[in-house]
Amino acid sequence: MGEAVGTNEVFGYAAKDKAGHLAPFKFTRRAAGPEDVTFKVLHCGVCHSDLHQIRNEWKNSKYPMVPGHEIIGTVTEVGSAVSKFKVGDTVGVGCMVHSCHQCDSCEKGSEQYCEKVVWSYNANYPDGTPTYGGYSTQMIADEKFVLRIPDNLPKDAAAPLLCAGITVWSPMQYFGMNVKGARFGLVGLGGLGHMAVQFAKAFGMHVTIFSTSPAKEKEARELLGADDFVVSKDEEAMKAKAKSIDFIIDTVAAKHSLDPYIAALTTNGKMCLVGMPPDSLEIMPAMLTSGRKLVAGSAIGGIKETQEMLDYCGEHNITCMIENLPLSECNTAMERLEKNDVKYRFVLDIEH
Amino acid sequence: MGESGVVETLGWAAQDKSGHLAPFKFTRRATGPHDVKMKVTYCGICHSDLHQIRNDWRGSVFPMVPGHEVVGVVKEVGSEVDDFKVGQLIGVGCMVHSCHSCESCDNGLEQFCPKVVWTYNSVDTDGTPTYGGYSGELVCNRKFVLRMPENLPPDAAAPLLCAGITVYSPMKHFGMTEKGKSFGLVGLGGLGHMAVKFAKAFGLKVTIFSTSPAKEKEARGILGADEFILSTDKEKMKAAEKTIDYIIDTVSAVHTLDDYLALLKTNGKIILVGVPESPLQLSPTSVIFGRRFVGGSLIGGVAETQEMLDFCGKNNITCMIEKIPMSYVNTAMERLQKNDVKYRFVIDIENTLTSE
Repeated sequence: MGEAVGTNEVFGYAAKDKAGHLAPFKFTRRAAGPEDVTFKVLHCGVCHSDLHQIRNEWKNSKYPMVPGHEIIGTVTEVGSAVSKFKVGDTVGVGCMVHSCHQCDSCEKGSEQYCEKVVWSYNANYPDGTPTYGGYSTQMIADEKFVLRIPDNLPKDAAAPLLCAGITVWSPMQYFGMNVKGARFGLVGLGGLGHMAVQFAKAFGMHVTIFSTSPAKEKEARELLGADDFVVSKDEEAMKAKAKSIDFIIDTVAAKHSLDPYIAALTTNGKMCLVGMPPDSLEIMPAMLTSGRKLVAGSAIGGIKETQEMLDYCGEHNITCMIENLPLSECNTAMERLEKNDVKYRFVLDIEH
Repeated sequence: MGESGVVETLGWAAQDKSGHLAPFKFTRRATGPHDVKMKVTYCGICHSDLHQIRNDWRGSVFPMVPGHEVVGVVKEVGSEVDDFKVGQLIGVGCMVHSCHSCESCDNGLEQFCPKVVWTYNSVDTDGTPTYGGYSGELVCNRKFVLRMPENLPPDAAAPLLCAGITVYSPMKHFGMTEKGKSFGLVGLGGLGHMAVKFAKAFGLKVTIFSTSPAKEKEARGILGADEFILSTDKEKMKAAEKTIDYIIDTVSAVHTLDDYLALLKTNGKIILVGVPESPLQLSPTSVIFGRRFVGGSLIGGVAETQEMLDFCGKNNITCMIEKIPMSYVNTAMERLQKNDVKYRFVIDIENTLTSE
């Protein structure tokens, strides 16, 4: 892992600077080592993080940048020490390709909180080799970070599980937001949000969606199975929801007030933020103390739990609602994503 | 409860939001079948008393007799009361009634009952205003009367009834009790010093974050804190990042949550028990990276208050107080405003409550 640059010439799309325009890009991946899995990429989901990072919105972008961390493909080669995968397997790689494996977080299966975690793109291996993501024809990763995709799931629709899916699954499990009969609230119906709704229904919860888009209601109820839909600008409707929700997942990446959602929580209610608005949000402490409520955050999920989620999705036939676009139209995908004009995730067709 | 006849009682009350306290004669209900009548011996002064006599929270009804850290002895019990005896050492905290039929009451969280009645500045079930412990006597439903441990000095035990339970409850509920883990306390006052005492009793390593350098010596020497960091010392705060498992934040002034969230390890928790009147800023990345959370907590239920009192009795834990005569109460309020107390004023009602 992380050895000399290999001879694998790979074709992908990269941003050259913070204008964020993606263009064809030939590059070489690192040589595959004994523990690595090499696979031909078939599909890659477009995550909002891709948009943020090609534009250097998080102020840490390195160029050229090949984004993409919802990557699915077919194994073409395995290293000599690889035991879990073989040529021909359908596999995926999510947001991480390396961690230290020695710290508390790694030992507990939360590699994303490892101080030395290496992201699938816009990062560097310990030896300095840059990482390139899944908007490309080939991917190489240590088998510890490769996931098995259940055979019964459509490969394109399963791709966004690798980031959007696990980002909501992880906190829903960790914070116990999986109690049959409990009342679940979702703020922001997009890539992450629509997965949270599907998981919540699968866990047997009553689901209320809070959204700014009245247009999303019909599909939210009919296709996603939401029980209730509240337009967040409707003050009366929001007030009517006070103290009625046990758990909330907030996926919104724009600045918004948390108080109406904290008000919606019951006593001992929990809210988890997974979206990353760039600015700080405001909380009135009395909103929390008056009901022993909490506001948490969560980032993606560890490898073990990502595999658990994938297996669960395989068993329950849960995938993402996607729109396929060819890799060559990735810029169009970004423009439309910026306007939230997608139901609910773009997936790039890399293979063709 | 609420039988015929009332009893005249002497207390000290604020008549308006100037908050000036002065002698005040009023009536308490006669002892009903489920009531316990208490002769008050001591009452702690809580920051909430200061807020409410000045109408800081906008819900004050005057005249107001504050006081919800009330300790005394049983003077009389109602006919249906068999668990308290005349002469027994008892206490009443922040609540005197709840509905006993909602989910919160069923779960021992009477403080979240929609019909909870506070010990003062509230309306009792018979429509009368409630008056607190800055008074000679108090009549309370037995369900809200607590047994004070006989081995604890009653004056130093009084603040357990609000300050104590307000930190004990979240420390237990949020699991801040794992021996050897690292505990942080923000704001060393009435609530804070109790959090330190409980944390040491639970076997935690304690770091105090304070704005007052003067408090360090005592914090280490008397309270047993392991570390003391000035929150204005940017270097020390940075060096402490990601070292703390859990934090209790008692501060009532506006402050930057992100600074304290940064101190937490992965999966760390910060629980707010102070109530700043303005919003606090929270950067989502402070909770997302590291899966941390910010929670709030409000006093504690009756059963857990009794559990805490028994724990304190067993472990000889009481509060550090400054005992004052009733006549000093207005000065005490001014000093409390400036945090000039180590760490709770307690009024010696028994010996000094007079109509002067």
